[in-house]
Amino acid sequence: MSVWIIILCMAAVTSIPRILPLYLMKNFDPPPLLRRFLRFIPSAALGALIFPGVLKAIPQMPAAAAAGMGAALITAWFGGGLVFSVGASVTVAFILLRFFV
Amino acid sequence: MDMRKTVIPGKGREKRGPAFFRGCSAGIPIIIGYFPIAVTFGMLASETVSAVQAVSLSVLVFAGASQFMAIGLMASHTAAAEIVSVTFLMNFRHFLMSASIADRLTKTKAPALIGFWLTDETFSLASSSSGSLAPGYVIGIELVSYASWVAGTAAGSVIGGIIPPTLQVSMYVALYALFGAILVPVIRKSLPALLTAAGAAGANSLLQTAGIKPGWSLVAAILVSSGIGALVFGKKDGGEEE
Repeated sequence: MSVWIIILCMAAVTSIPRILPLYLMKNFDPPPLLRRFLRFIPSAALGALIFPGVLKAIPQMPAAAAAGMGAALITAWFGGGLVFSVGASVTVAFILLRFFV
Repeated sequence: MDMRKTVIPGKGREKRGPAFFRGCSAGIPIIIGYFPIAVTFGMLASETVSAVQAVSLSVLVFAGASQFMAIGLMASHTAAAEIVSVTFLMNFRHFLMSASIADRLTKTKAPALIGFWLTDETFSLASSSSGSLAPGYVIGIELVSYASWVAGTAAGSVIGGIIPPTLQVSMYVALYALFGAILVPVIRKSLPALLTAAGAAGANSLLQTAGIKPGWSLVAAILVSSGIGALVFGKKDGGEEE
C-alpha cells in the first residue's frame, strides 16, 4: 500500500512544478530582462544536462560514452539530423563496448 | 514583442492538426532514446515493486532519473517522505523549463497536459524550433515520448530484457547525444548561447564536484548562467530567438 502512496506523492511533486508556470504565465507578459532570462534557459539546461552526466552514462567504459558524444557533436555540426546523430553515437559506443569490454 | 498575441484567430485551428503530426515525427529521436532506458527501468523496478506499480510510476511520474532513484530507495526501505522530497528536488528544474516554454507557447487549452508531459528531452527538443510554439507541436513531441516511455516500461517489467545487453548499454549515451545534437546548431549560430551552455556545464560540474546534490546543482547552474546571459548579452541574442 505504501508503494502506491509514494507513487502518488511523487506524481504530485513532479507535476506541480511542471504545470504551475504554464498557468502563472498565461496572461503575463514578462519584462524584457525576464524574457531574455527565459530564452537562455534551453541553452543553459542543455549544457548542464550534458555535463558532467555524460561521463557517467556508460559506467563500464566512460570513454565509449565520450566517443559516442563526440560522434553526435560532429555529425550534428555537419547537419546530419537528430536521428542520424543519435544513431551515430550509439553505433560508436556499441563498437567500442564490443571490442574493449 | 509578445509572440503569444500574434495568433490570428481561426488560423490556429487549421494549423493544429499538422502541427501535432509534425510534433509526432519530430519526437522520433526521443522515442529511440527513451525506449531502452524504460526497458531497463521496467526490468529493475519489477524486482522491487509489481509490474503494475512499475508501469504506474512511468504513467504518473514520467521522470526517468527520479524513477530509478525511487526504486533504489524503496529497495533499501528508505522512508517515503525522503523518497518524495528527493523526487521534488530532482525535478524542480522543470519549473524553470516550464516557465521558459510558457513564454513561447501560443494560446493553449491544454496547459496542464503540456506541463505534465514536460521533460528535459521534450522541453529541449520543442525549444529548439524557432519562433513561437504551437501547442499541438509540443503535445505531438510529448505524446510519442510518453508512449515510448510507458511502452518500454511495460515491456521491461513484463517481458524482461528484449534488447541485447551490449546494445542496451550503448544506448545509454543516446539521450546525451540527443542533447548535444540539439545544442550544436544553436551554439553554431549564437555565441551567447554557446557561452551560456558552457557556463552552465562548468557550473554544474563544479557544484557536483563540491558535493552539491545533482538536483540543486542543475537548478543553480541553469539559474546562474541564464541570469548572467540575460544581463550580459543584448536583446536579440537569446540563443533561441527567432
